[in-house]
Amino acid sequence: MLPKQEVVAMLLAGGQGSRLGVLTKNLAKPAIPFGGKYRIIDFPLSNCVNSGIECVGVLTQYQPLELNEYIGNGQPWDLDSANAGVRVLPPYQRSRRSDWYRGTANAIYQNIPYIERYDPDYVIVLSGDHIYKMDYSKMVAYHKEKKADCTIAEIEVPMEEAPRFGILNTREDGSVYEFDEKPKKPKSNQASMGIYVFTWSKLRRYLEEDAADPKSSNDFGKDVLPAMLKSGARIFAYRFEGYWKDVGTIDSLWESNMDLLNPKVSLDLNEEDWKIYCRSPVMPPHYIGKGAKVQNSLVAEGANVYGAIDFAVLFSGVSIAPGAVVRDSIVMPNTRVERGAVVQYAIAAEDCVIGANAVVGSRPEDTPDKAAWGVAVIGDGCRIPPGAVIPPRAMIDKDALKQGGGKNARK
Amino acid sequence: MRGNDVMGLIFSNEHEERIRELTENRTVGSVPFGGRYRLIDFPLSSMVNSGISEVGVIARGNYQSLMDHLGSGKAWNLSRKREGLFVLPPFESGAASGPGRIGALASSLAFLRKSKEEYVLLMDCDTVCNIPFRELIARHVETGADITVVCRRGKIPEKMADPAVYDVAPDGEVRGMLVAPTARDECCYDLGILLIRRDLLMRFVSDCVSRNQYNFKRDLLQRNLSTCRVYAYEFRGFAKTICSTVAYFDANMALMDPDVRAELFNPSRPVYTKVRDDMPARYGLGAEVSNSLVADGCVVEGRVENSVLFRGVHVGKGTVVQNCVILQDSIIGRDCRLNYVIMDKNVLIKNDRLLFGFQSYPVFIAKGSVV
Repeated sequence: MLPKQEVVAMLLAGGQGSRLGVLTKNLAKPAIPFGGKYRIIDFPLSNCVNSGIECVGVLTQYQPLELNEYIGNGQPWDLDSANAGVRVLPPYQRSRRSDWYRGTANAIYQNIPYIERYDPDYVIVLSGDHIYKMDYSKMVAYHKEKKADCTIAEIEVPMEEAPRFGILNTREDGSVYEFDEKPKKPKSNQASMGIYVFTWSKLRRYLEEDAADPKSSNDFGKDVLPAMLKSGARIFAYRFEGYWKDVGTIDSLWESNMDLLNPKVSLDLNEEDWKIYCRSPVMPPHYIGKGAKVQNSLVAEGANVYGAIDFAVLFSGVSIAPGAVVRDSIVMPNTRVERGAVVQYAIAAEDCVIGANAVVGSRPEDTPDKAAWGVAVIGDGCRIPPGAVIPPRAMIDKDALKQGGGKNARK
Repeated sequence: MRGNDVMGLIFSNEHEERIRELTENRTVGSVPFGGRYRLIDFPLSSMVNSGISEVGVIARGNYQSLMDHLGSGKAWNLSRKREGLFVLPPFESGAASGPGRIGALASSLAFLRKSKEEYVLLMDCDTVCNIPFRELIARHVETGADITVVCRRGKIPEKMADPAVYDVAPDGEVRGMLVAPTARDECCYDLGILLIRRDLLMRFVSDCVSRNQYNFKRDLLQRNLSTCRVYAYEFRGFAKTICSTVAYFDANMALMDPDVRAELFNPSRPVYTKVRDDMPARYGLGAEVSNSLVADGCVVEGRVENSVLFRGVHVGKGTVVQNCVILQDSIIGRDCRLNYVIMDKNVLIKNDRLLFGFQSYPVFIAKGSVV
């Protein structure tokens, strides 16, 4: 038998992330590169380790190859311990009733045997698409103190943005009396962060009931939590203060990267005792050439910059040729921006070539039709021909590009 | 598939007196280099990339930083059940042994005896290079040599310790050898890398010790030259021997050349090092950077030219850093001016400081200093 773990973390990493378009065409959302050298999943994984959680199950389903490879044995996050560590949990076939993960709750339900091996008191359910640094151990302590069955992390959002979130309405003692999923008229501005701590014995019972209900969509937010609330379970809200961002859309992914360049944003990735770990590429330091102009930017090792960058996030192995300009943009690993090309308000995915004098994206002030403006996205492996003009808000797909077309405006 | 019949043996302290400032508290092997590396990363990675999977590292003193850097050898893929990385501190065989390289080898005889490999590749840490050894090994076997030395044609680098110079026949066989000759013309000089049969090395070392001879080049190589087949393998790629503080400075600056980087950091023969998990370098408003190598974890708000910044270096607003090598985690305040400075780890330069060295004499600031 394995040694008991007080807390087991279950990380939901199986969603397609369709709102990210070409970026998630061949890649699960949690594996999307972020912040110059990380991938989104580095944040919850590092938070787990830094919070003292040694046992993490990663639930994968959509395009898992790169994610599996990236997680590997968990060594970069110190999650390669003998008894616990990180385990990738894809759906699997069994003698009867096997199926894909039908919803977030179903994914956990199908992995009850994995959780039971560690005989945990608490299970923490995390998402693979949020950028934040959080000490889960404080949340678990709060959960214990409140003798809660479920604790949901919440963050204060501006009232006008509240209709975009799941809103928690609480009593004075912090207990939740109502969930309001994307309310038109929110009663509060306490948004759920999609981070849940459950007392395992209780969660297990609700998961089994949920699985037995054929009408259920097997989702935490839609089914399990409302069922818990209805039956009078103790649900508490845990206030989180600090930086948190859901990066499930192109705009929020772009904004969150740009937040790293803003000294006023409280997300310090250099903090000595709360590092964000990642699988680092083996590359020399980056080189800034003569005549380069570099400011307000984040540049990873292995990059070569000869052009001008301003408000840029450059990943490892990126090269920016002389005369090229990259501003307000994210350039992912091993992408090359050739002479005279201009990349602005854009995300270029991995292994792309932006041909000489091509123009990708445009600045909002240069776009007459404000409604048509948005961040341009170049999918991985695209070769943008020299001199091409990629309009703002475009989404370029490698396969479509080969067939001549390839420009789809984002919805 | 298993690489070859060769084990590696790295001398981590040899020639430490040549860069005394940098080796006061560390071995030559753990001297930081090139923004994110330590010198031992180059021989270790070269060996691993050439299929050598058993490597001993001889450490004779000052080796805390070396042990910390190497850990289990995981970063070099040398943490294994069969073979792997072995740190060989002094007193390995129960008693402190004689001086020099031969003394070090004598105390490592037990390790050598235990190995099952046919050949041993000996290497120092003070030459920065990334040599594909497979070719050297193949040549060694093909020529039936007892010893193959790696040499380089050219002028002997200034201040090189006891350089060995070879007289090489057109077929590569070494006909003669001089140690520390006075002539300073172009010649074929030794790079401190040598491949030898393991049993032969053990025999030579035992012979030398029994005669109380402890000079590797004179007593082991030169004396046995007439009875052995010694071949020279000329390495034409990038190699810089760090035999003085100026040479250390120049070797760091040589990395500004894209061709040098392409060769030294060839993606098919990567140079591995210990991972530090710093965030990418951040450039602030008003940063100006030109011809510089910058590692992760740096925060640059001032001007940096012709410099190497190691991991976690901060350059404050209004500061101008030119022609400097700044080692990890040093903090340079606002409105400073630095030119030709080598700054060891964890130095704090307070605001408005001026520090100027000269190309032939860079100023050295010791580890942990506050200026």
